[in-house]
Amino acid sequence: MALVVIRPGMLTTVQDRGRWGYQSRGVPVAGPMDPVSHRLANALVGNDAGAAMLEVTLLGPELEFEDERVVAVAGAVFSLTIDGRTISLSPPASPFLVPMGARLRFGARLRGARAYLAIAGGIDVPPVLGSRATHVISAMGGFEGRAVRPGDRLPLGAASDAQRTVSPPGVPIVTLPDSGAGAIASEATVRVLPGPQADRFMIESLDVLQSAPYVIAQNSDRMGFRLDGPVLAHSRGPEIISDATGLGALQVPSSGQPILLMADRQTTGGYPKIATVITADLPIAAQLAPGDSIRFAVCSQREAMASLIAQEQALLRVEQP
Amino acid sequence: MSLTVVTAGDSAIVVEFEERIDPEVNARAVRLADAITAQQMSGVLDVVPTYRSVTVYFDPLRVDYDRLLAFVDSADHAMGVEVTTSAEVIRIPVCYGGELGPDLSEVASFAGMTEQEVVDVHAGRSYRVYMLGFVAGFAYMCSVDTRIAMPRRPTPRVRVPLGSVGIGTVQTGIYPAETPGGWRLIGRTPITPFDPARAEPFLLKAGDTVQFFPITRAEHDAWPSS
Repeated sequence: MALVVIRPGMLTTVQDRGRWGYQSRGVPVAGPMDPVSHRLANALVGNDAGAAMLEVTLLGPELEFEDERVVAVAGAVFSLTIDGRTISLSPPASPFLVPMGARLRFGARLRGARAYLAIAGGIDVPPVLGSRATHVISAMGGFEGRAVRPGDRLPLGAASDAQRTVSPPGVPIVTLPDSGAGAIASEATVRVLPGPQADRFMIESLDVLQSAPYVIAQNSDRMGFRLDGPVLAHSRGPEIISDATGLGALQVPSSGQPILLMADRQTTGGYPKIATVITADLPIAAQLAPGDSIRFAVCSQREAMASLIAQEQALLRVEQP
Repeated sequence: MSLTVVTAGDSAIVVEFEERIDPEVNARAVRLADAITAQQMSGVLDVVPTYRSVTVYFDPLRVDYDRLLAFVDSADHAMGVEVTTSAEVIRIPVCYGGELGPDLSEVASFAGMTEQEVVDVHAGRSYRVYMLGFVAGFAYMCSVDTRIAMPRRPTPRVRVPLGSVGIGTVQTGIYPAETPGGWRLIGRTPITPFDPARAEPFLLKAGDTVQFFPITRAEHDAWPSS
């Protein structure tokens, strides 16, 4: 059974948790921009956390289902229709049934930038290096290494008996603290930890970083968000001996304008990284679009871990009710 | 021999060695990365050696952080300081110059040599793979003879063909995919550096030793696909 793409949307890609384990060979991780919403969507339809789904960006797709499936949409909120009939869900991230032959259409975007459509059974494209994540720039993984196009037939895995009904119907889903699901706005604050190369910047640079919001530039993408705002001054030049570049790192090239590294980032780079967004706040950043503003606030390692634990507990309540 | 551990957010640490591009420093990083990988600690997601550091990515809720730090410290102490290179030299055929190496004449002018002399110099020594990065399977190899170590093009090419062999100052490398690139292209190899469908997808890893050898255009075109 398959999911047929009628209209692809702006950038709709197959993503699992990412291609971990090969960064030492230069292979980018890819995976979801908002890992919390990705995990929530899989949990809502009873999939394993590692199942592949569609990441929808800004303008959503229209999809035809060859068989009846339970689905859920988490992250950004869109108006949704099935064969033209509006479906209302409360909360928006709730599982629902799409009948055989029906068309699910993403309409107006109400909040956030990236939605995650999980389908019971998952999307069963062939794994590449152990992952179904799409890395568009290197044409690796997902459906033929690219965003979906009209007429694509995305193979679906078999749904278990337990995944054939929405059960229990109308289950109230926990609101996730500190996740994009509750914190979508055209301006948002994300917390950072200094480093790994904060010592490569003038002493006041961490204050400068927090002094005003940065605007996400139009040429931002899944690799990274180019940010326009207060200039960060290097103390020992704008280059380091290349090292690894992690998710959420704020790297600063010679212009002094930081780039927030996201899911499709290269594995290594030669610019110093002044700070790194805490894991719990990555979904907040991922739900911002070009033109939106982002503020940075330095926090403590303890605060970062407390937020992550709270988020984990909320997700576990959905995964293991 | 100093070792510094710095945090990179809440889900990674960077183990830093001396701040220079040096085979001994890099060998320490590669050995430490191999040792951490071999431990298969739960919660560790990826271990990435680079020129002078090792980054360990982990799930902070599932890793034993104290054990990871203790292991990093003890493993580095337990290892010697000699430069380990793989005993095996990986020999890679290259068709130099012509349409497959469009920048060879520029490099020759830069070096004040004939094209053949540039080929002899490039193929006349072995290179250490310091790290992989940029795209899947791209190995940064050093050190190119300073006479032919031409800086990158001022404007990168939009499309560099797969298998192109380039020079970027003292670094040399093979483009494992069709990508943009700014290095000076002196030849092309018929060997595929990265093929995810192959039993061993990657031709190279950090710590490997590579030597290039010249082949003719006819040999290049007739080379059996790997």
